[in-house]
Amino acid sequence: MSVPVLQTRNLVKRFGGFVATDNVTLNIASGARHALIGPNGAGKTTLINLLTGFLEPTSGVVLLNGEDVTGLSQHARVKRGMARTFQINRLFPEMTVLESVTLATLERLGQSATWWKPVGAHPEAVDAAAELLLQLQLLDVAHSLTRNLAYGKQRLMEIALALAANPRMLLLDEPAAGVPRGESRELFETIAQLPRDVTILLIEHDMDLVFRFADRISVLVGGTVLTEDVPSVIATDLRVREVYLGESAKAGHG
Amino acid sequence: MTAQVPSLRLASFDASPLGNASRWQPAEYAFWVLPVAGYFIFPEDLSLLSQIAITALFALSLDLILGYAGIVSLGHAAFFGIGAYAAGLLARCGFGDPLLGLAGAAVMASLFGFLSSFLVLRGSDLTRLMVTLGVSLMLYEAANKLTAFTGGVDGLQGIEMKPLLGFFSFDLYGKTAYIYCVVVLFVMFWVARRIVQSPFGLTLRGIRQNASRMPALGTPVNRRLVGVYTLGAAYAGVAGALLTQTTQFVSIDVLSFSRSAELLLILVLGGTGSLYGALLGTMVFMTAHHLLSGINPQYWQFWLGLLLIFVVLFARDGITGALRTIKRRFSSPKGTPP
Repeated sequence: MSVPVLQTRNLVKRFGGFVATDNVTLNIASGARHALIGPNGAGKTTLINLLTGFLEPTSGVVLLNGEDVTGLSQHARVKRGMARTFQINRLFPEMTVLESVTLATLERLGQSATWWKPVGAHPEAVDAAAELLLQLQLLDVAHSLTRNLAYGKQRLMEIALALAANPRMLLLDEPAAGVPRGESRELFETIAQLPRDVTILLIEHDMDLVFRFADRISVLVGGTVLTEDVPSVIATDLRVREVYLGESAKAGHG
Repeated sequence: MTAQVPSLRLASFDASPLGNASRWQPAEYAFWVLPVAGYFIFPEDLSLLSQIAITALFALSLDLILGYAGIVSLGHAAFFGIGAYAAGLLARCGFGDPLLGLAGAAVMASLFGFLSSFLVLRGSDLTRLMVTLGVSLMLYEAANKLTAFTGGVDGLQGIEMKPLLGFFSFDLYGKTAYIYCVVVLFVMFWVARRIVQSPFGLTLRGIRQNASRMPALGTPVNRRLVGVYTLGAAYAGVAGALLTQTTQFVSIDVLSFSRSAELLLILVLGGTGSLYGALLGTMVFMTAHHLLSGINPQYWQFWLGLLLIFVVLFARDGITGALRTIKRRFSSPKGTPP
């Protein structure tokens, strides 16, 4: 069996006395469509932040393609093929869509520090950006300012910026957060069409989408992995049901 | 969803608006006629015009770090002062060639900018304000104390400049000085303009608009910030050297807090992040300063303050912001979105 693209071993993150991530060991197989689910406050985003280097773990290691990247900075991990999207948009509001994605492709091609030739004179980066926009159906708004885009399109921009790094490992933090149901279907169709050599770890609240999209699911509760299996097994797991039913029952009262 | 033929759509895609920003616009050519016209229209005021050109270059250097990379500074005079003293000391040691002086000032200022940039990387806006302010205050006191080198509060005197390029000596009317300042300003503006239109410049805009996203694109943010801070310091150093060379004197005021603060006002007045804002802001500020202090020598700051409040309240993004709004109104009279 090939080495998992992304692994963690005994990952722990403490904020003072609060343990946000408790001894998490994960293996994300190459080419997987792996979903990470769990109730609010289960530590899903914290885990993503640990994987990408946004946060430093209290203990434990993160392995990317079998190499220890625990001590590497965010940007160094991106260069090694791990990219992410954000649950809350982190875009460049005053740039056009094409400019933003070109900024990202320039970075991937190692041309972001050239300081004499204008941006437009880097055809390789511009073409790569245009191709991505085509793929994500953003090409017709290429010259619009990001801040003028509809929210659904801005969510697509999140994905475009991550894909521009040409990742082998893509972490999607609630890509459809705040998007109306009909549009989120469309968004997931776009994600489902990504090539199989891009491994995906997905955080998502909409169980419908998760069970249609994922081929492997990890359930995170209170910072620890409750269970991990294929969707059909997770769907019938009583503990998982309890966690979610418990939450929806509470939500019903609220 | 209708299926589209991908290759066709990509082939017909026009990426050229991306490159348009780097092309010179007619308004820009028109702008650069102004300094030439100034030479013929105000031959009596060339020393004031030289001061404007020097301050414009200084404002340009702040725009590079604040307007593009979003680093706020209340101590940018530190680099201006280092450049001014470097040029003065070089001339006093017998190296009075003006261009050599500029180069020496740029090297010294950028070296200091590089070293102090690591302090500026730490913390957020408020921390940066304090750190930049602190560094410049320390330099001021150092210059105050090291009288053997700087002349302290008496200033650095006895600076003799050699003729420019070995030919053009600095005349009493300030003609050579003015042309020299404007040419240096233009060349350095042109270089800055290329830099901000380059991928490096785009990266800086990215850092200003969303610094937290940049590492997720793979950008080593700190390295870029060190780069632009060093560059901005070099620009400020050259501006300081120009002041020394054209006045043949260095006052300790080159390092003063009020110089840094005034520069920030100029940039806010002109508008950040367009380079031209720095130039226009300087022209308006210094002209207003000159006229108001002529009309009302005692209370001119009152009117200057009023002007600033007016601009900040009613013209978002300063003069350049107001100009952009006017231009937009003209080009789309029916109020179509930009």
